[in-house]
Amino acid sequence: MSAFLQTILTPDFVFTVIRVMTPILFAALSCMVFTKGGIDSIGIEGIMLICSMTGPVFSYLTQSAIGGVIGAIVTGILLAFLFGYVTLQLKAVEILAGIALNTMASGLTIFVIYYVAGEKGSTQSLFSPVVPNIEIPVLSSIPILGDILSGHNILTYLAIILTFVLAYVFYSTPLGLRIRSVGENAQAAASVGINVMKYKYITLAIAGTLAGLGGAFMSMGYVSFFSKEMIAGRGFIGMAAEAMGMGNPFGIFLASGLFGIADSLAVRLQLLNFPTQLIQTIPYMITIIAISIYSYKRSKREKKL
Amino acid sequence: MEKEILKMKQITKIYGNGVIANKDVSLTVNRGEIHALMGENGAGKSTLMKILFGFEDKDSGEILFDGQNLDGKKPAEIIECGIGMVHQHFMLVESLRVYENVILGMEPKKGLSTDKEAAIKMVKELSEKYNLSVDPMAKVSDISVGLKQKVELIKVLARNARLLILDEPTAVLTPQETEELFEQLLLLKKNGHTIIFISHKIKEVKQICDRITVLRRGRLVGTMDAANATEEEISKFMVGRDVVLKMDKKPAAFGETLLKVENLSFENKDKKKVLNNVNFEVKRGQILGIAGVEGNGQNELAECIFGFHKGVEGKVLFEGKNLLEESIRQIRENGVSYIPEDRLSTGVATKVSIWENLVSDRIDSKLLRVKRLLSQKKIQEMSQQLIKDYTILCRNENQEVGMLSGGNMQKVVVAREFSANPDLLIANQPTRGIDVGANEFIWKRIIELRDQGKAIMLVSADLNEVLELSDSIMVMCDGEVAGYFEDSKEVSEYELGLYMLGLKKQGQEVAAE
Repeated sequence: MSAFLQTILTPDFVFTVIRVMTPILFAALSCMVFTKGGIDSIGIEGIMLICSMTGPVFSYLTQSAIGGVIGAIVTGILLAFLFGYVTLQLKAVEILAGIALNTMASGLTIFVIYYVAGEKGSTQSLFSPVVPNIEIPVLSSIPILGDILSGHNILTYLAIILTFVLAYVFYSTPLGLRIRSVGENAQAAASVGINVMKYKYITLAIAGTLAGLGGAFMSMGYVSFFSKEMIAGRGFIGMAAEAMGMGNPFGIFLASGLFGIADSLAVRLQLLNFPTQLIQTIPYMITIIAISIYSYKRSKREKKL
Repeated sequence: MEKEILKMKQITKIYGNGVIANKDVSLTVNRGEIHALMGENGAGKSTLMKILFGFEDKDSGEILFDGQNLDGKKPAEIIECGIGMVHQHFMLVESLRVYENVILGMEPKKGLSTDKEAAIKMVKELSEKYNLSVDPMAKVSDISVGLKQKVELIKVLARNARLLILDEPTAVLTPQETEELFEQLLLLKKNGHTIIFISHKIKEVKQICDRITVLRRGRLVGTMDAANATEEEISKFMVGRDVVLKMDKKPAAFGETLLKVENLSFENKDKKKVLNNVNFEVKRGQILGIAGVEGNGQNELAECIFGFHKGVEGKVLFEGKNLLEESIRQIRENGVSYIPEDRLSTGVATKVSIWENLVSDRIDSKLLRVKRLLSQKKIQEMSQQLIKDYTILCRNENQEVGMLSGGNMQKVVVAREFSANPDLLIANQPTRGIDVGANEFIWKRIIELRDQGKAIMLVSADLNEVLELSDSIMVMCDGEVAGYFEDSKEVSEYELGLYMLGLKKQGQEVAAE
C-alpha cells in the first residue's frame, strides 16, 4: 500500500494527470457544446482522430505549429458541419451518421498518411513542428506547485482557459442563451424569431474547434506525431465526462480530471506488481460507470417528456 | 389612425397534396378589440395565423398591419412590427428561468454579457403593469401551467406587441385561472392592445369578445358582433347545422352495481400518493362523471382500474372479480373498454392504418378469421362498417391514422372501444381537443350506451361535459374523493368548483354510498 501511495502522492503524478486529462477535457467540452446545441456528440471520436492526423500534416506542409493547429481546427469545423448537414438538413439518424464518421476516420487517416508520409502506421518520418511546453514565470519557481502547474503544453493551458470562457459564454451571454434554447426547444426559439439553423451551425463550429484542438494536442503535444487509432476512445470518454459533469463546464473539468487520474493510475500501477490486465481496465470501468449514470439520467429525462 | 389594425384580404392557401387550408379568407380586426376567431378543428384557423406570422407562405391574398404590407416578411420581422402570439403548446424552454425565456432573442446587453439586472427589472415592470405576477427567477419547469401562460404573455408584451394572438388559451386552465386570464385580457384591452382570441368555446367567446369571425372548412363564414349573436347562432355557423349544445337524455334508470372500488390507494413513481383511499360504485345505466382540476388523481384512477399500474392497494370489484389481479387483456375480456386520455400516445398508433388500429384489440377473434388465418376480407368489411357507423371522415380504411384530424382520430378510438360491446366503459377525457361535431357524436354514443344498461365512468376536465352527460358526479381533489352527488342536477358549476379546488369537502362515508 505504501508503495502505491508513494507512486501517486508525487507532484510528478499530478503533473501527469493534468497532461493526460487534456485531450479528454477538450473532447468533453466539445461534447458539452454539441449537447447544449441539441446535437448528438457521438461523432466526436472520429472528428478528433481525423484532426489529430491533419494537425501534423498541416504542420509539416506549413512548417509551423500554428499552421498545424489551424489546420486541425479547420478540419474539426468542416467535419462538424458535415455531420450537421447530414443530420440536420438531410435528416439522417444521428447515431448512424456518427458511427459512419467514426468508421470512416479509421480508414481515411491511414490512407492520407500513407499518401503523405509513405507509412501506414504513423507520421514519424515527417518533420512537423509541435506545440511547445511553456514554463510559467514566478509559478515555476514555487516548490511542488510549480512542478505541478508549470511546464505544460500551451494547449493544456488553453483547455483550462477555455473551460472558463465557455462557462461565461453559455451562462452570461446572449449567444449562450440562444444556443441553449435552440438545443432544448428549437420550436420555442424559432417562435421568437431566432434562426435555428444559424445557431446550430455556430454550435457545430465551436464544438468542431474544440474537437480539433483535442486532436491537435494528441499528435502535436502529447506525442510529436500522428499514429493510427491514437485517439483510442478518448472522444467517447469525453462523452462520458460530459455526462458525469452534468453539462456544467466545471463539473466536466472535474470529471475529466477523474478520468485523467484513472488513466495515469493505470500507467503507474503497471510499474508496481499489480496485474497489468486488471489495471488496464480501470479507465474503462470508470467509463462504464459514467455511461450508466449518463443513461440513467437520460432515461429519467425522457420519462419526464 | 385607421380603425382597422389588421386586414387580411382574400387569403388562399392550398397545400401540395391538394388540401385547401384557406380559400378567400378575409379577416379584419379593429384597433383595441378582442376579436374571436372560431371554427372546428381543421377549419383553417391555425393555418391563417401561420400565414400571418410568415411561418407558411400564402398562395394569394394580402395582409396589411397598421397600413403596412407584411408580404415577404420573415417571422422575426413580423414580431418586430408588433404582432405576438401565445401558442396553445407553450413555446418555453423548460430548463431556463422565467426572465431568460422572456428576453430570448432580444437580450439586453452590457458589454458582451447579458444585462441580467435590466432583464429582471423589465420582467418585473411588465408583470406589475399588466397584473401578471410571476417570479422572474423561477425555473419554467417548476411553475404551473397558468403561470407558464403568464410568462408567454409577458414575452409577447416585452416585444411591444400591439396585436396579441392567443391560440385556445383556456384549454389548459382551470375555471378560476380562466377567470383570471379574462381579467388580464380586459386590462390589456384597456391599455390599447388588440387581441385575437382563438377558441371553440362559445361561452368564453361571448363573455369577453367584441366581434367574432367564424371559419368553416377553410372558408370564411362571417364576422358578427358578439353582443348580438346567440350561442345557438354561433354554433350553427361553426358546424353548419344545429348542434345540441345541451344534451337531451332520458332520466336514468340505475340497475345493479357493476363496479365497486374499495379503499383504492396508489403511489406514483415519485413516491407521491396520487390516490388516497378512494371508494365509489358505478351501476348499470349510470354515467358517473369524475370531475376535478387536472392532476388530482382522476387520470391515475382510470388507469389503475384498467390495469395500467402495479402496486395498487385496495380492491376494484367488477362482477365479483378483483381487476387489480388481472392483466389488461383479461380486464378487456371481462367486458371493460377504455378511451385513454391521450389518444396520440395510448389511443392509436398514428403511423399505421385505420383498419390496423380497429382490429388491435380483437386480432385473436374468431370473427376475423377463416380457419386459423386472418381474413383480409372480414377485416375490411368490419372496418368499413365501423367507419360508416362512426362517420369517420377518411379516404378509406387503409389511410394512416396520423393523417386524420383530432376528432376523426378520436372516432377511431371510440369505434374500436364501443364496438367491443363493453359492460363498463371508462372514458378518460373522451372529447378533449376535438371539434363540436365529433364531440356531440361521442356524447350521443355514450348516452346510447347508458340507455342500453351499460355502466360508464366518465373522467373529464371539461366541467360542461361532466354536467351535461353525468347522472351522478364524483369530485376528486388531491387524490381523494372530495364530493359525491348522486343526482348531477343537484349541483351547480360553481359549487363543483369549490370541491375541485379543495375549498369544500364531504365526509368519506357519503362518497361510499
